[in-house]
Amino acid sequence: MAQRTTDIIVGLFILAGGAALLVLALQVSGLTLKPGGETYSVQAYFNDAGGLSSRARVSMAGVTVGRIREVTLDQETFQARVVIDIEADYDSIPADSSAIIRTSGLLGEQYIDISPGADMESLADGDTFYETQSALNIERMISNFATGQGGD
Amino acid sequence: MSDRSCIILDDVVFTRGHRRIFDGVSLTIPRGRITAIMGPSGSGKTTLLRLVGGQLKPDSGRVLVDGEDVSRLRRKDLYQLRERMGMLFQSGALFTDLSVFENVAFPLRVHTPLPDDMIRDIVLMKLEAVGLRGARDLMPAELSGGMTRRVALARAIALDPELIMYDEPFAGQDPIAMGVVVKLIRELNTTMGLTSVLVSHDVPESLSIAHYACIIADGKLIGEGTPEQLKAHPSPRVQQFLNGQPDGPVPFHYPAPDAAADWGCVVPGEEDSRA
Amino acid sequence: MPDYLTNRIARLGRGTMEAVASLGRSAGFLWGSLVGVPRPSVGLPLMVRQIYNIGVLSLAIVVVSGLFIGMVLALQGYYILSDFGSESAIGQMIALTLLRELGPVVTALLFAGRAGSALTAEIGLMKATEQLSSMEMMGVDPLRRVIAPRLWAGFISMPVLALIFSVVGIWGGMLVGVQWLGVFEGSYWGNMQSSVTFFDDVVNGLIKSLVFGFVCTWIAVYQGYDCVPTSAGISSATTRTVVFSSLAVLGLDFVLTAVMFGSF
Ligand SMILES: Nc1ncnc2c1ncn2[C@@H]1O[C@H](COP(=O)(O)OP(=O)(O)O)[C@@H](O)[C@H]1O
Ligand SMILES: [Mg+2]
Repeated sequence: MAQRTTDIIVGLFILAGGAALLVLALQVSGLTLKPGGETYSVQAYFNDAGGLSSRARVSMAGVTVGRIREVTLDQETFQARVVIDIEADYDSIPADSSAIIRTSGLLGEQYIDISPGADMESLADGDTFYETQSALNIERMISNFATGQGGD
Repeated sequence: MSDRSCIILDDVVFTRGHRRIFDGVSLTIPRGRITAIMGPSGSGKTTLLRLVGGQLKPDSGRVLVDGEDVSRLRRKDLYQLRERMGMLFQSGALFTDLSVFENVAFPLRVHTPLPDDMIRDIVLMKLEAVGLRGARDLMPAELSGGMTRRVALARAIALDPELIMYDEPFAGQDPIAMGVVVKLIRELNTTMGLTSVLVSHDVPESLSIAHYACIIADGKLIGEGTPEQLKAHPSPRVQQFLNGQPDGPVPFHYPAPDAAADWGCVVPGEEDSRA
Repeated sequence: MPDYLTNRIARLGRGTMEAVASLGRSAGFLWGSLVGVPRPSVGLPLMVRQIYNIGVLSLAIVVVSGLFIGMVLALQGYYILSDFGSESAIGQMIALTLLRELGPVVTALLFAGRAGSALTAEIGLMKATEQLSSMEMMGVDPLRRVIAPRLWAGFISMPVLALIFSVVGIWGGMLVGVQWLGVFEGSYWGNMQSSVTFFDDVVNGLIKSLVFGFVCTWIAVYQGYDCVPTSAGISSATTRTVVFSSLAVLGLDFVLTAVMFGSF
């Protein structure tokens, strides 16, 4: 085969590898091309964060609106302090909304569902949720039992 | 060193496993001449060429090419020295994934900055010399053994080396091709003053073109001189080899244990030939 | 001490010495092949040619295997997860299995069988027909000219093949899970995206396949270069390539997994 044909085919092969990496980054791991600056962060305190972990989904009405940045223990109240990054586009979430820890399916990932309140004020950077609902204990027990460790 | 000698072997000892192939061989190969090295097959002729090319290192002794000790050269210098040597391998050793043309062009492309059209001219000239200009587009798998050897010869002389080593150039050639090869070796030597080392067990052809010949057997040099001197050599071993007598001082058998031990009985007629 | 016992011990000693010597030789061989960058005008076309032989020609088997493995994972995952009502998690299960384990490992095993054995046989035959020797005698280093382009081509091809394998597998899983078994497409991708992290899963898998590419190609070319130059020698070298590569891949996979994902 002519060297040129080989060159072209090999070029396409390498491109296919690059395209595959791109698909894995965008479609499979859900990286966005937008730089990560366009978010604001709010926090929520839970008596029991269950298997919630950083990078877990935060959604409203089933639509992903943000991700969890970190889950830490508050040393004074001994509650779990969860910091949430919400996309800047969603800037009119009522300030009295509540954050609920839910599980997708019986064994799926845990995520935070924001249940909207009625306040005219909106959540802004640095705000804290007034009302939270912790992970269901029985659910956690089953998930601990089934995965042996509870979440990833 | 004398300007007349190109290759000097100085008391070379070489062993493969437990078998001593050279047991103190000293030999001088003159510059600009055709030297034939003859010997029964398995006597180490190919090994000798590999020692000269630096692919094998002697256990002791020195191999000097142009005054340089081949086994002590640094890798880079060795490769540079090899660019001035051509070697025709016994099997031809053509690159099977390249056409005849590309095989001959290979050393030119690697070692010279020549443009494509000049390379083409040189390659066709070399192929013409071995009578295979028409076979340039064939692949090595499509060639007969004799043709393969001739293409390999064209490749070996592509860079116009100063020293060329032929390993069994006559084996497997038909009478006409044999004549062509003999003529070619002689012409290369006279027109270009090429030092030629010819390794062969074909006695008449070798003696007909060599200026100088030597015979190795049993790891030793058993005779050397001009073809005339060799023909008149007093040693019975030399005479046995030159005349192709099956029985004599040079054993036809590869060294072997007692035949009786192998077969478990005394083989009639074998008793006396073992010594 | 009884004779047979000392014989055994002697054989063990000799075997160990030979293994160590062989390892040393192969390291020297690798060094000789990779040091010194050749002129790009010479080296690049040779490498491209080898990427074609090693990578492009392995593409078909990698794509077909990836597709079927993805589809099987979807079937198995669906039947297991639907017991817990979590069949929408198959996306996440398929993606994580492929990216972390099956993508790199199965691709490497296929690579050893398809490309590694071919490399060994090709180089072994070049040795047996004295092509490597004659190259040396022409003043061309076969390590640079023959071995180096093949090594680099293997290093480059393996990760590309593994990435393609994973993508095709995930797509095959979607075909079965979403199109056939009726998992909601949004949750197939959504679940996947919330559990797959680019740097932990994709990049770690990529690192695995780089390591496997390096090891498999190294084994293949070294076995060819070091083989006994006869037909029996080449055939046993080819067998060794497949066996050693497979064992090396599985063993290294365990080590790499423990280092990368084992945060216990
Ligand atoms: N790679 C090798 N390993 C072990 N022994 C070898 C090898 N190559 C050649 N020999 C031995 O060296 C001797 C000389 O071989 P060679 O130089 O090829 O002989 P010639 O070319 O004169 O026929 C032979 O007896 C052969 O058994
Ligand atoms: Mg020979």
